[in-house]
Amino acid sequence: MGKRLGMEVAVAVAEAVGLCNIDMAAVYPITPQSHIAEHLSDLVADGKIDAEFVTVESEHSAMSAVIGASGTGARSYTATSSQGLMLMHELLPIASAMRLPITMAIANRAVSGPLNILNDHSDIMPQRDAGWIAVFAENGQEAIDLSIQAFKIAEHKDVMLPVCVNIDGFQLTHMVEPLEMPTQEEVNQFLPPFVPHATLHPAKPVTMGAFAMSDYFTEIMKAKDEAVKNSKKVILDVWNEWGKLFGRSYKPVETYKADDADILMLTMGSMGETAQMAVDELRDRGVKAGLVKLRLWRPFPFPEIKAAVKNAKKLIVTDRAVSFGGPGGPVFSEIKSALFADTRRPAIYNYIIGLGGRDVAVNEFAGMFEKVLADTGNVAADTYEFWGVRE
Amino acid sequence: MTLKSWKELPIGCVVSEPGSASEYHTGSWRAQRPIWNNDKCIKCGICYVFCPEGCVQQSEDGFFKANMDYCKGCGICAHECWPRAITIVEEG
Ligand code: SF4
Ligand code: SF4
Repeated sequence: MGKRLGMEVAVAVAEAVGLCNIDMAAVYPITPQSHIAEHLSDLVADGKIDAEFVTVESEHSAMSAVIGASGTGARSYTATSSQGLMLMHELLPIASAMRLPITMAIANRAVSGPLNILNDHSDIMPQRDAGWIAVFAENGQEAIDLSIQAFKIAEHKDVMLPVCVNIDGFQLTHMVEPLEMPTQEEVNQFLPPFVPHATLHPAKPVTMGAFAMSDYFTEIMKAKDEAVKNSKKVILDVWNEWGKLFGRSYKPVETYKADDADILMLTMGSMGETAQMAVDELRDRGVKAGLVKLRLWRPFPFPEIKAAVKNAKKLIVTDRAVSFGGPGGPVFSEIKSALFADTRRPAIYNYIIGLGGRDVAVNEFAGMFEKVLADTGNVAADTYEFWGVRE
Repeated sequence: MTLKSWKELPIGCVVSEPGSASEYHTGSWRAQRPIWNNDKCIKCGICYVFCPEGCVQQSEDGFFKANMDYCKGCGICAHECWPRAITIVEEG
């Protein structure tokens, strides 16, 4: 068991990745980035890890470089944020179609415009259909653990897909927290060497990323969809193993005081900890409130979500991104569609919160619970509202 | 060529047989075809060089012709042949 140290989360994520025997990292150090990139470059420059650090001229090039490197069989890593992720967007579906087990940290930040750079989820939401496995961390310890687990999940022979670990920008990446870093021996024991499904090598020529016409495109999309869905089994196995080794368990959907709750709130990412305090406050006042935290965004955990909310009368889904002119926040519309066919489901409310780094305090989460409880006729169910917007 | 089901696709659609693109007959795209008039041909080989499919071949007599399994009928050979030995005619 590693020591417990006070560390900035972004630096700790870079340290954790440094324990994972990566062969290369390619990152572009534009604002908004995080200290993940900076500290990784330090680790390489100081000779602490034996990896190639490729400095590239854009995030588009960073993703292109990790795709190329992963194709040669190198364990490849990158980190990005906000506009950088938007610039990578074009390449994300290519990485997953080529089944390259790249791992990436995303320090979630608002997408311009206006230029903002503070925390929300508007960068990751447009990447939803890129065919990447996507997980969310709630605190620094989870950011470390998920970053190490990501390699094992991505590279498993039954997965072979890229994984992105979402870590709220600033709220998590720039915080100093007491963190437990696994030792090198523990990581070595947990993480087997990367065995690629194919490699680019002159001795055995192959073509990766070839052209496909309408006669094959549908079959290729179907195969990719099945691959993403099937990855869940491996994700669960890896999380079980992690729980046994390190005593910290991970689930696709985690709950807090949810079993007997009449009213539930659903969060994704770091705001779960604040919402949890609001749940405690409401419980003190005799309200049966509870919390559901969605950790696994893709593949979407349908049975776990259904099980978590089945007894509640009301469910508040919080979103940290906007689907302009759409059915509500992106998480809300997915939850709603997941529960659509169930005859017994809670009335679902949607609050869009914490955009562009706006703070949402405990009393505001309590306020959301109160507002929804006051709506006894479920009049505002199935609608969305920008929480705290100035009228 | 029988088409594979989604279950039979190699992981990541990696193509492991070098040269397997030749199994794909681009000639099926053709709406026009090149006709060589060897009376005008001076055997310069320009058509051979410019054909984007690489399907123009030289015969033993030194004249050129296209492998119609792959000729897409793009007309580049006719455009580049300066003695005007190649004409493009409608297919069918
Ligand atoms: S380009 Fe024209 S002249 Fe030259 S080899 Fe071809 S057909 Fe003959
Ligand atoms: S028409 Fe186009 S594809 Fe056909 S032989 Fe001429 S250059 Fe080649």
